[in-house]
Amino acid sequence: MSAIQNLQVYDPFADTGEDDAGPQGYIHIRIQQRNGRKTLTTVQGLPSEYDQKKLLKAFKKEFACNGTLVQDEELGQVIQLQGDQRIKVQNFLAEEGIEKKLIKIHGF
Amino acid sequence: MSDVENDQQTLEEEKTEDLLFDPTLKKKKKKPKVVFEDQLDTKEEKVAENANNSVEVNENEEKAEEDDMSIFADMKKKKKKKKEVTDKEKVEEEVPAESTELEQPKLKKKKKKIDFADFEKQLKEVDEDEARGAEDDNIFVPEGEQVEKESKVEEAWLKSDRDYTYQELLGRVFRILRQNNPELAGDKKRYTIVPPSVHREGNKKTIFANVSDICKRMHRQPEHVIQFLFAELGTSGSIDGSQRLVIRGRFVQKQIENVLRRYIVEYVTCKTCKSPDTILTKENRIFFQQCESCGSTRSVSAIKTGFKAQTEKRAAQRRAAVQ
Repeated sequence: MSAIQNLQVYDPFADTGEDDAGPQGYIHIRIQQRNGRKTLTTVQGLPSEYDQKKLLKAFKKEFACNGTLVQDEELGQVIQLQGDQRIKVQNFLAEEGIEKKLIKIHGF
Repeated sequence: MSDVENDQQTLEEEKTEDLLFDPTLKKKKKKPKVVFEDQLDTKEEKVAENANNSVEVNENEEKAEEDDMSIFADMKKKKKKKKEVTDKEKVEEEVPAESTELEQPKLKKKKKKIDFADFEKQLKEVDEDEARGAEDDNIFVPEGEQVEKESKVEEAWLKSDRDYTYQELLGRVFRILRQNNPELAGDKKRYTIVPPSVHREGNKKTIFANVSDICKRMHRQPEHVIQFLFAELGTSGSIDGSQRLVIRGRFVQKQIENVLRRYIVEYVTCKTCKSPDTILTKENRIFFQQCESCGSTRSVSAIKTGFKAQTEKRAAQRRAAVQ
């Protein structure tokens, strides 16, 4: 304990890491209406330490729906699932140890 | 309760003591009237004696109109009936085990019901997490209905022979106080806006008729609200000649309400004092929300549309691009 703790330098104007794409960013779960009563769920902003392909596979198996991985220029990989799987996805991710605060559900 | 109100209450206690009898008489007269109105409104109301009565009245009316839109209408019905059951249940698999004694043949249906109900409940939870008690469920109360509802809640102990609770009496004191001299009771009026009037146009469009009215009440630019609506609903639309919003896709009032509620939590209520009396200004491409009652300023997050999946047929898109 030789160094004085209080005098540590840090930049108050530095980025707080609250970027959407960063590891701190939110995971957005959205819903889109298709024709009729069909819907589509998209999961955007999953942390990069997870293998999206494997995650998709787990989703598909768990929710018994089909899905695909879409490559978006700005948002990176986005998981698309058939049907309204928002709550299920949220629960799944929460059980896997992702903070619930970081998961944002959109839509009606 | 805040200190100011406390003071007012103590101040007014002597005054209200002799007033106490009059209001009760008034109230007794009023109560049958309330019941009567309810009966007029819908038969289903009795089934669902929820707190957000008034909102549901409108929904029920709408339900009648849109029978073919059974997904969403059903969701509501199911939710009402199964609410108590679902409260404790988290996992779907548990459902049949618990309910088999009652409705065995309906098992399959029931599972679905639970699913929806659970879903809605959790959605609400999420909302409330964000809101952190900023606003209750029933923001959307038509004017004039609020007082009646309160009195209904108030007099719950009159019929049964149980003792009244502190909360009830406290509420009663305040209501009487407010009735008799509104200027003294403090401006504790709950923030309400009119329910959105939503109806369908054709098969694929929804009309949200009173956007401009609601925006005016929230003191927000309609563009901002509409942008948020579209971003959240993942759709698009336009404003027609008579200032109504035409949304692509099928939506019902409840869904629009949910989104508006989220908007209010995010962009209208002050995070510091929870007052809805705020203004939104734009500086250097960032929106700032300034509270009129406590003076705090904070930046609000920009509306982001996020990823939009392709939902229409590719061939149709190509055709549209060519033209």
